[in-house]
Amino acid sequence: MTLTALGTPSGEAGTGRPPAVEVSGLVKTFGDVEAVRGIDLSVRAGELFGFLGPNGAGKSTTIQILCTLLRPTAGAARVAGFDVVRDRTEVRRHIGLVFQETTLDAHLTAEQNLRFHADIYGMPKAEVGPRIDAVLEMVGLTDRRRSLVRTFSGGMKRRLEIARGLLHSPRVLFLDEPTIGLDPESRAGLWGYVDRLRAEEDITVFLTTHYMDEAERCDRIAIVDSGRIGALDTPSALKASVGADRVRVRTADDDAAEALVRERLGVETAREDGVLVVLAPDGERFVPRLFELGLTVRSVSVSRPTLDDVFLAYTGARMSERQAAAGGPARSPVAGPAGGRR
Amino acid sequence: MTATTAPVRLGGRGLRHELRAVRVVWHRDLLRFRTDRGRILSSFAQPLLFLFVLGQGLGATLPVGTFGDAGYSTFLFPGVLATSVMFTAVFSAISIVWDRELGFLREMLVAPVGRTSIVLGKALGGATVATLQSVVLLALAGLVGVPYDPVMMLATVGLLFVVAFAITALGLVIAVRVDQIQTVMPRVQLLLAPLMFLSGAFFPVSGQLPGWLHALALANPITYGVDAVRRVVLSRVDPSIGDSVALHWGSWPVPVWLDVVLVAGVGGVLLAVAAWMFSRPE
Ligand SMILES: Nc1ncnc2c1ncn2[C@@H]1O[C@H](COP(=O)(O)OP(=O)(O)OP(=O)(O)O)[C@@H](O)[C@H]1O
Ligand SMILES: [Mg+2]
Repeated sequence: MTLTALGTPSGEAGTGRPPAVEVSGLVKTFGDVEAVRGIDLSVRAGELFGFLGPNGAGKSTTIQILCTLLRPTAGAARVAGFDVVRDRTEVRRHIGLVFQETTLDAHLTAEQNLRFHADIYGMPKAEVGPRIDAVLEMVGLTDRRRSLVRTFSGGMKRRLEIARGLLHSPRVLFLDEPTIGLDPESRAGLWGYVDRLRAEEDITVFLTTHYMDEAERCDRIAIVDSGRIGALDTPSALKASVGADRVRVRTADDDAAEALVRERLGVETAREDGVLVVLAPDGERFVPRLFELGLTVRSVSVSRPTLDDVFLAYTGARMSERQAAAGGPARSPVAGPAGGRR
Repeated sequence: MTATTAPVRLGGRGLRHELRAVRVVWHRDLLRFRTDRGRILSSFAQPLLFLFVLGQGLGATLPVGTFGDAGYSTFLFPGVLATSVMFTAVFSAISIVWDRELGFLREMLVAPVGRTSIVLGKALGGATVATLQSVVLLALAGLVGVPYDPVMMLATVGLLFVVAFAITALGLVIAVRVDQIQTVMPRVQLLLAPLMFLSGAFFPVSGQLPGWLHALALANPITYGVDAVRRVVLSRVDPSIGDSVALHWGSWPVPVWLDVVLVAGVGGVLLAVAAWMFSRPE
């Protein structure tokens, strides 16, 4: 598979500026577990970059290397222009993190956690107070600022953690499944703030998520599986790469319509539960041509491949397995690719 | 389209920033100490048992005048202060393993500060918390015949801080690379008990001890801490007591300043070792 968009910046943001994240030949092994098996990627400054993959794909491991917590076994990486092995402190000054697992001190209050962060990041003292007010406001925890974190619900802890990751105005923000356990309102709140930050402070965001709608927001997406990148491109290009749009048509005479469409328009067709489905690269533009054929169309609907289909095509697993897991045995395919090789 | 980059100010660098990091790590330990009432109360049980049960029980069997004007409880008091400080300090130090297990350590590890600053902050935090607790014990001085003399009390607190610092540093050496609390607990117990019993907290070291025991006690840095605290306290109880309770190298009484230098020196070396271990890549 190809790294489609590597090294081909599609214009606007980032021209001339060094990449926010640059990774080449990254490998990380734990004993005989190969968590990362050679990753190359480049994230442009200002980009919202999605890092998607099934459980155990190596996403968190990659992030831990990028944030200087782990040493790569091989390969190199630069963040904000600094080498993650040689210039660790400089890298750390430029990044913000929300880890997959909680890193709050439950025995301190929300505000004490934030003050600790402000101090250890050396924020200018005059900015600390107002900035704490702002991030608490953003995540809706202003009235709980003096409560001990251990009295918080899971979602509230997550929100506080996000607030803390943003507190020191990082240049590159790593969000490892940031919205896990958040209700829709809090998720919307977070994304509103991230969008604003990106507009105002030109921040780069490196995101992992198992939510399709969040992946959809990304400028570009890398799909990782078993420590390798299977695909890397914009969401729409990725969707186009896995198949054509599906135009479902009901006509007065489906058999006649199918023959006509095949003959005159030269496209593939199929039947799904008896309904005629036309496979077209650009479904919405294709619809008028159906009418031009003079068919008696009763109804028509167009659906495109989703990122979930992309995910399935490249990893053999469903992306939304976490949401589905509650309902049924949808987790099972996940174990496949990662578990098989050990 | 021009990229509008708001002037984002990055955090500081250099020594001032590192000192601020030391301070905030230290401050966190104090904040947690304040909210941790249970730990504070339960930590007094052991010293009180030593002081009153061992002190009265064993003291009743010793001839009067063994320690000058001071009774056995009085002799024991400085030793109990020092050992209680040892326990609090070491448990403070191994809280870094909890931090690792519960995740908070990552918050410190990805911060733009040196590992040495984190370790130093932890050592000062543990030492401060332990010293604060000993102040409460010190308030019991009157019950064992030690006068409330402010100068002596201040000197004692200062000495206890040095002992606590060294012990916290030792705890950090043990704990800094460990990621599970169940791994570190047995190691700590294995180490603390001999350090305590060989420190001269419960009996005089320079006197009638068998040679091997005497040698072990002299090799234990805590012995010098206990000696310093005891000399300061007992000299106020019985000014004529002189060097009779002092630790001796051969026939030479070890001066208090040398006690302090030795304990602080060991603490410094241990801290450097802990910082070095902590800085090695994972
Ligand atoms: N400290 C470690 N020691 C040993 N193996 C590890 C360690 N950390 C991660 N691994 C292994 O590396 C692989 C990748 O793990 P990683 O946490 O990076 O996955 P992930 O893509 O973040 O998955 P998830 O979606 O579940 O968060 C897994 O097989 C995991 O078991
Ligand atoms: Mg992960």
